Amino acid sequence: MEKSGKNLGRLTAAPHVVWAVLFILAPLLFVLYYTFTDAYGVFTWENIFALKEHANTFLLSVSLSVIATFICFLIGYPLAYIIAGYKEKSQKIMITLLMLPMWTNLLIRTYSMMAIMDDGGFLNSILGALNLGKVHLIGTKGAVIFGMVYDFLPYMVLPIYTIISKLDENLLEAARDLGCNTVQVLWKVVLPLSSSGIVSGITMVFVPSISTFYISQKLGGGTFELIGDTIERQFQNVSTYNVGAAISLVMMILVLVSLAIMNRFADEEEAG
Amino acid sequence: MKKIIELRNISKEFEDEKVLDSINLEIYDKQFVTLLGPSGCGKTTTLRIVGGFETPDEGEILFEGQSINHLPAHKRHINTVFQKYALFPHLNVFENVAFSLRVQKIPNQEVVKRVKEMLELVALKGFERKNVTKLSGGQQQRVAIARALISHPRVLLLDEPLGALDLKLRKDMQNELKKIQKQTGITFIYVTHDQEEALSMSDVVVVMAEGKIQQIGSPTDIYNEPENAFVADFIGESNIVDGVMNEDYKVTFSGHTFQCVDKGFEPNEAVDVVVRPEDVDVVSVAEGMLQGTVTSVTFKGVHYEIIVDIGGFKWMIQSTDFVDVGANIGIYIEPDAIHIMKKSEFSGQYGDYSTFSDEIEELGNSETVGD
Repeated sequence: MEKSGKNLGRLTAAPHVVWAVLFILAPLLFVLYYTFTDAYGVFTWENIFALKEHANTFLLSVSLSVIATFICFLIGYPLAYIIAGYKEKSQKIMITLLMLPMWTNLLIRTYSMMAIMDDGGFLNSILGALNLGKVHLIGTKGAVIFGMVYDFLPYMVLPIYTIISKLDENLLEAARDLGCNTVQVLWKVVLPLSSSGIVSGITMVFVPSISTFYISQKLGGGTFELIGDTIERQFQNVSTYNVGAAISLVMMILVLVSLAIMNRFADEEEAG
Repeated sequence: MKKIIELRNISKEFEDEKVLDSINLEIYDKQFVTLLGPSGCGKTTTLRIVGGFETPDEGEILFEGQSINHLPAHKRHINTVFQKYALFPHLNVFENVAFSLRVQKIPNQEVVKRVKEMLELVALKGFERKNVTKLSGGQQQRVAIARALISHPRVLLLDEPLGALDLKLRKDMQNELKKIQKQTGITFIYVTHDQEEALSMSDVVVVMAEGKIQQIGSPTDIYNEPENAFVADFIGESNIVDGVMNEDYKVTFSGHTFQCVDKGFEPNEAVDVVVRPEDVDVVSVAEGMLQGTVTSVTFKGVHYEIIVDIGGFKWMIQSTDFVDVGANIGIYIEPDAIHIMKKSEFSGQYGDYSTFSDEIEELGNSETVGD
């Protein structure tokens, strides 16, 4: 009885296993293979050594993503907290509004941002009409960070909101009872208890930010390159597949390591 | 004695439903006061108003003579032990207990000393580093009490704190709470629907029903001199019958005129008469003041619980002598066992055991959720 149950379990898991092997494991192995071979399929460290040419791009990507993630947190956390404080019905409406832009394709949203921020774009026409002069936005790092924040903000708000809205009301009352004002309740109880939401939010914003290429291409106006652009460029040319794979691999490791560190933090916070 | 908290004409509505209707209550320093009533009577709301978690629609709440209607919870010298403990899951036992001291930024050395004292008081020495979510219900309860007491509040509010514990543990905790209250000299306001708990722990019992205070008094007063049929029925078991007060010290009910110890009613005033089951003596038919037929007998350990049909009204009698179902018996009632009450809105609703069964009783007692 138990054995057939186990077999059934394995059988139902089969499609997922096949899927995972085909589309997750196999590509990863390809990345590994390309990283350590040259164009002729011979083992080499060449590609790893070639990475130092891209060190500055790495650094720039990391710093822009960290800034974007931090801004998302600064906006997203209070937003999530405020939404969770409303009545259930209003909460639903606000969450829907928050998610509404996500119904439009990311690429299209990025294009429309271009249309707004361009030198002859929507924003500058308004400024011009008001005789306030013009601002040059497209091609600046600020525009790229803005793009990341705009595109990925919902990913910060949602996990945090989910956690905060499920917090036991009694805990907040207990904190007030024991002498906390509103700020202290937030700082001493809500924040630590929502740390797992914060970690998810940071992950979900940081990972797409660091690997993005279209935001930097469109809003960066080609004046600088992020690591996502570099990878994309390597893969547009058959002869540079191997370097592209190496960069991808290093980035994956980088992301994994930073996630591991963050999860460690969250666990400690929750365990007290 | 010094008055510490006073509620004046407090009223509160939730979604057009009147939860509290003009509550007046005075609480004195160092007292153990219990708000007792069935769920929905407004006792928890009263407690939350004192704690600062609700604001009354009308009326005033005074702390040592000063109005605290607009004083937020964190500025009141009043702490709460919540029904489900509400311990902070991200902090260990030590930090939970130390919480209010940390908020006040008290030096670490003193925090350590005071937490140690508190944990000793609630018999949790050595639990400092434990994870609160891994503790048993009784232990969590103790942490909650220590956490609320450590900042030396003037008043401690306890919202059915023992509701989730099993019977044995509950009895132990009752004694312990009483001991802690005496030791610390802090005023306790305790909410419960368990009348036995209220009687055994309190200096003052406040019986509430339907958003109103029905009676305030010492446990013996409440038991021996209930003000109306609701109180008589809610506190312990009672036979409540219609009677007529002929004159002072003379009352007629069930077709017999009895001597009693009450006076001050109008001549021939209709009244409710309360007789406690343990105050009724079973005698032979010839000796009895009233006669009836036994309809059921239940062995309760200490005594038998006998239901007797007397002229269509079912009485409950508790006796150590066994009688058989179907037997005709006489009953005898001492004058001081008869308690006379004025007629009230609750008259006729309680005190007849014709529909009584243990099952209904069980159902009535199992409601643990606050109102």
